[in-house]
Amino acid sequence: MLSKRIIPCLDVRDGKTTKGIKFKNNVDIGDPVEMARFYYEAGADELVFYDITASAEGRDIMLEVVSRVAATIFIPFSVGGGIKTVEEMRAVLLAGAEKVSLNSPAVTNPEIITQGAKAFGAQCVVVGMDVKKVEKTAALPSGYEIYINGGRKPMGLDALAWAKRVQELGAGEICLNSIDADGTQEGYEMELTSLICEAVSIPVIASGGAGVPEHCAQVLSQAKADAALIASMTHYGNYTLSQIKQTCAQAGVKVRQYW
Amino acid sequence: MNNQITIIDYGAGNLTSVVRALEAIGIRAGVSDSPDLVVKSDRIIFPGVGAAGQAMGRLRETGLDQALTEIFRKGNPVLGICIGCQIVMDESEENNTACLGLIPGRTLPFPDHLTDSRGERLKVPHMGWNGVRLKEDHPLFSGVDPAAEFYFVHGFHPLPEDPDHILGTTDYGVEFPSFIGRDNLVAVQFHVEKSGRPGLSVLKNFASWAP
Repeated sequence: MLSKRIIPCLDVRDGKTTKGIKFKNNVDIGDPVEMARFYYEAGADELVFYDITASAEGRDIMLEVVSRVAATIFIPFSVGGGIKTVEEMRAVLLAGAEKVSLNSPAVTNPEIITQGAKAFGAQCVVVGMDVKKVEKTAALPSGYEIYINGGRKPMGLDALAWAKRVQELGAGEICLNSIDADGTQEGYEMELTSLICEAVSIPVIASGGAGVPEHCAQVLSQAKADAALIASMTHYGNYTLSQIKQTCAQAGVKVRQYW
Repeated sequence: MNNQITIIDYGAGNLTSVVRALEAIGIRAGVSDSPDLVVKSDRIIFPGVGAAGQAMGRLRETGLDQALTEIFRKGNPVLGICIGCQIVMDESEENNTACLGLIPGRTLPFPDHLTDSRGERLKVPHMGWNGVRLKEDHPLFSGVDPAAEFYFVHGFHPLPEDPDHILGTTDYGVEFPSFIGRDNLVAVQFHVEKSGRPGLSVLKNFASWAP
């Protein structure tokens, strides 16, 4: 049976990861290719690279990073952050990424989802959703609102309606990030994740809030997410992927345990 | 056995991931869209993403369909990956496409309303890591742990008529053939090039397989 996925997420700026992994010998390694290799060997099911570079020069560096990663690890990985056009998607895929994650541009120009799916197949197109809990209103009946620009700008767009819409537009997967839970390490936003997982038939990656392996097990079993995104809990060496997967397996979640 | 591997390029997407995976295990491979070169190769890898109709259209336009059939009949090892595993059948129900007919049978979509053993809804496409249950030991899986998993992304799967052509199966609400073959042809529904170390082992085994 299909395994649920544990996906480490690496933020990259100007070709360097912004937070190094603390290995046992306490050396910070800021090279995304080395971190990718580390996680590949440690049993990651997939990786996400989030490019937080603003400049055009930084973009070229990112493409080079992508192609070096593709020559180093042999599991799928996606690249997100600042990708606005089909041509930019093509460049990232040709450099060796398996998937492209569209965030703010998917909201401001939803056509890009359909264009990307047509050009490369739906399985290549991940739509990233940044969501914040708000009061339920006529315009926001689910009580969850879509934000863009790194969680700074509310769009007056209902998260549940948007999730259904991106599926119709041709997205192959949703990466669902809770702004409220992000960085708290207190667990994923279970209610939001359940709501979206029930509503769509494409896979959903839960993101934001993971602090201990039990959080991953919870979101994968109770909220029925297909994958759990993790960052600080493994970046700082607090937990290993093996520990997370063991905890998931003990909770009855099918995960890949041999690699 | 000579080891010149040619990866068939029929415009079906990114082949570099297969090239890179082979490089990582020290195997050099050429990429070609020339039927002449394909027929002269020692071994063929036949990857693919996209839709069956598109893939078959491109193969026919370029004459690579006949080259593939010819190299298969000559007895040289051929490995199909993903779409390459689906279009070796007679026909695909994806856009009702006539295919290569190297293995009798059809390529079908997953049934509607798939559920797992607990009654939970299963999503299509089948995307992610899953196991392969071999019917019996096969040289392609030599040294691969039975618990190993492979990376799948697909909404259709092959269904050979002759059970002997089904070499391994995978459970996704239904038990579907994920590893098929006959004689010198093997084909896998999963992406060996994205399946970590077990996937690389399968590729490496193919490079020295003597059917």
